[in-house]
Amino acid sequence: MSEITKQSLTELVENIKNKKLSSTDVTQAFIQRSEKSSELNAYITDDFTSALDKAKKFDQNPNLDLKLPGIPMAVKDLFCTKNVKTTAGSKILNNFVPTYESTVTENIWNEGAILLGKLNCDEFAMGSSNETSHFGNVQNPIDKNLVPGGSSGGSASAVAGQLTPITIGTDTGGSIRQPASFTGIVGLKPTYGSCSRYGIVAFASSLDQAGPMAQNVKDCALLQEVISTYDLKDSTSINFKRNHYSKELTKNIKGKKIGIPKEYRVDGMPKEIEDLWQKGIQYAKDCGAETIDISLPHTSYALPTYYIVAPAEASSNLARYDGVKYGYRAKGENLIDMYEKTRSEGFGAEVQRRIMIGTYVLSSGYYDAYYLKAQKVRKLIKNDFDEAYKKVDAILTPSTPSSAFKIGEKTNDPVSMYLNDIFTVPVNLAGLPGISIPAGHDTKGYPLGLQIIGKAFDEQNILNIAFAMEEKINFKNKITDWWIK
Amino acid sequence: MNKKNTEYLINRKDNQYEVVIGLEVHAQVLSESKLFSSSSTKFGAEPNTQVSLVDAAFPGMLPVINEFCIKQAIKTGIGLNAKINKRSVFDRKNYFYADLPQGYQISQFKDPIVGEGKVILDMPNGQKEVGIERLHLEQDAGKSIHDLDPQNTFVDLNRSGVALMEIVSKPDLRSPDEVNAYIKKLRSIMRYLGTCDGNMQEGSLRADVNVSVRPKGSKEFGTRCEIKNVNSIKFMQMAIEYEANRQVDLIEEGKTIDQETRLFDTKKNETRSMRSKEDAHDYRYFPDPDLLPLEVSEKFIEELKNDIPELPDDKKKRFIEEFKLSHYEANILVSDIDTAKFFEEVVAKMGKNKDIKLAVNWITGELFALLNSKGLEISQSPVSVKNFAILINLIKNGTISGKIAKTVFELMIDGDKDPQKIVEEKGLKQQSDPKALEALIDKIINDNREKAIEYKQGKEKLFGFFVGQAMKASGGKANPQLINEILKKKL
Repeated sequence: MSEITKQSLTELVENIKNKKLSSTDVTQAFIQRSEKSSELNAYITDDFTSALDKAKKFDQNPNLDLKLPGIPMAVKDLFCTKNVKTTAGSKILNNFVPTYESTVTENIWNEGAILLGKLNCDEFAMGSSNETSHFGNVQNPIDKNLVPGGSSGGSASAVAGQLTPITIGTDTGGSIRQPASFTGIVGLKPTYGSCSRYGIVAFASSLDQAGPMAQNVKDCALLQEVISTYDLKDSTSINFKRNHYSKELTKNIKGKKIGIPKEYRVDGMPKEIEDLWQKGIQYAKDCGAETIDISLPHTSYALPTYYIVAPAEASSNLARYDGVKYGYRAKGENLIDMYEKTRSEGFGAEVQRRIMIGTYVLSSGYYDAYYLKAQKVRKLIKNDFDEAYKKVDAILTPSTPSSAFKIGEKTNDPVSMYLNDIFTVPVNLAGLPGISIPAGHDTKGYPLGLQIIGKAFDEQNILNIAFAMEEKINFKNKITDWWIK
Repeated sequence: MNKKNTEYLINRKDNQYEVVIGLEVHAQVLSESKLFSSSSTKFGAEPNTQVSLVDAAFPGMLPVINEFCIKQAIKTGIGLNAKINKRSVFDRKNYFYADLPQGYQISQFKDPIVGEGKVILDMPNGQKEVGIERLHLEQDAGKSIHDLDPQNTFVDLNRSGVALMEIVSKPDLRSPDEVNAYIKKLRSIMRYLGTCDGNMQEGSLRADVNVSVRPKGSKEFGTRCEIKNVNSIKFMQMAIEYEANRQVDLIEEGKTIDQETRLFDTKKNETRSMRSKEDAHDYRYFPDPDLLPLEVSEKFIEELKNDIPELPDDKKKRFIEEFKLSHYEANILVSDIDTAKFFEEVVAKMGKNKDIKLAVNWITGELFALLNSKGLEISQSPVSVKNFAILINLIKNGTISGKIAKTVFELMIDGDKDPQKIVEEKGLKQQSDPKALEALIDKIINDNREKAIEYKQGKEKLFGFFVGQAMKASGGKANPQLINEILKKKL
């Protein structure tokens, strides 16, 4: 048996079920590795003592019928966890301890998993490099001073660095897929309405989705099976027939039609991304799928549309952080002064930038020109996909226009930072599922990902395609443990 | 009908001004729980004891529509003869305030649940139709309490998230009296429907009052001012009167009226500027992404229509036809659902040989006076329907006179006593035995011979004297009609 922390979720579940490993063994192993990995800064809050207690308790009377029996896992610090501090990566929630549990994490604990801790992320999930976190940037296990992507940067780093076997992130414009791509792991953004948003600190309500991040497609499928439930506490949760994703997973994708959208060949895209894409097309064909050139004509409008819709919703969603009820409060001369100081001191620069953009685009006199128009374009983008899906079963694109960049490289250039999400954002705008799988390395040896976009509620199909291609790609993540002393 | 007599105009030198009023009434939906959470809406609880995580806007908390509140709004729309919109949208109205936990109020802006409708008012000079622009659902905010501490403001979130219906009228009202009638009519309709208790003391019904003035006969509207959050009809009337006169004075002085939001100071009886148009909030309305557009089916609406009770206008029509009541009487009885209920139950209890007019007179006379003096609602009447009906029948069948009935009524109040028993125990039964009365009258005539002669000589006024003496001698129990007859015969 290989080292515990190197095992996939599927292997760990197997070994716990066969009693080759106890939950305590596994939990202990991940805690030890996590403790040695402080250099990555993947955790904001750890819950190791409690995790070990829970593992011991599990072992005393193990319920091996559960899907995640005694499996330890850390989660993005955007999920509210009962009695465990939840910060959303922000100073403004620095001291916030929820009295309630998000539906998604509740589902996970109900299947036997154990919370290891809360993982670093960009402040309120606003960022593509995990550099906007109040709790400092996260290191990519791939290389020193490399960003892990964002906003689920801590999550990606923790899975790639084997600090947790699996995790959950949230994806508003690419926040699961982009960091998955940057760290060489698998990340799924489910269909909007698939996973409940109840108890997740909101960024942009019409775009936010929780999703699994794992070392391989099968683990990802299993976790998706656990977290995706219909929830009456979220009015946008959708009641549809959810598959047993892991059980129904198949590599047989013969005859599947996969669209290749020409508009994703953007100006200035590095050759290695183009090459990766071409290789991906070949892998898909090797798996028996058929590739078809398609057009998604409004793709170039996706990013500007996203940067109107998402900040607009965020400016309103973040209004509740006002120092009155919970979280950080600055002293002020009067109510307005207290608001201004609390929010100036409590929010970081990127969050403030987006609140200002959002406030602007919703202002009277600008609403029609920006917000309303963006909503119309959003509809056109969705229509593009609907048209395409008359001809194809899924769409294949690169996950990101580049590999991971250095810490600090783009912090002063927000637009170049925003361009990171160019391939992932349209998927959120259309509410579709998308998965990023590691598919190769660039010249520096950094991982690169491919994205498979599916029809709404068709997670099974893209998981199958990813599962089949994963075997052909046979990706090996180059983790040197450079951060462990 | 002379309409001019009742027209409300403001006179200045040679000029006459008409007042134009539109109301935005905020009516609290009668519902056990809030619009988007399951917290209780009960009035008067300890501060912050009826607050869910949703109401306090904790991170990650999401609103879920309370279907009952939707039904209540649609029923109200039906009661206002209004168009029910099958698709409506909840929007966020963004602004910061300490008692607004989300930093926005969930309301309906572009697509309200109820569209145009109308209400009929009964005014002294005839009926008046007032147009309803729309009805939309929204959350109430919490309450800021500034006077508990010199340094701090306290916030009570019990009201936060309570469902309100904002009912916007067209600018069809022209006087404080019409405003009075309009509010009362709205309240009456909602109380019939059970969609709002209309309790203004508890803040269940309050209004923003839009006032403008224009020269009499002008077709254009003047610049309006909005008087915020007035919580009694009397204050609304006072505010309108003050505000209309203020605006007329400005015009007379050649000044212009600024469109602004004003507050009514109930102590000084004046309106004061709160903020001008330039300072108006930019609420940055946009559809709430946490809530999908609300869609209701034709069937859903039809089922609610079948659930609508007889409303005041229909009830009034029926009372006039069925019970031969005057418009005036019918209006009084139907204006409050509990009064109408009391009346109808009394009618039912009175049985075959009933005197409906007498019952109406007693309800609107003695009973109302009693309730008024005790500060009670008719639903809390100390005299039950059953005993009230018995009392009316005792008068009708001559067992007691109207005068004695008043005494009996007084005695009934304490413990809802049976009037029949009171009459028996106190021996208050009317004397209707002609022989006994004749003897009584003979004695009176005998004792007052001189007056009897004067009467015979033509001093007819003295007839009343003899009636009075006879009543007095009988302890008020003599049947007055018989006394009259016998006296006429004997004198």
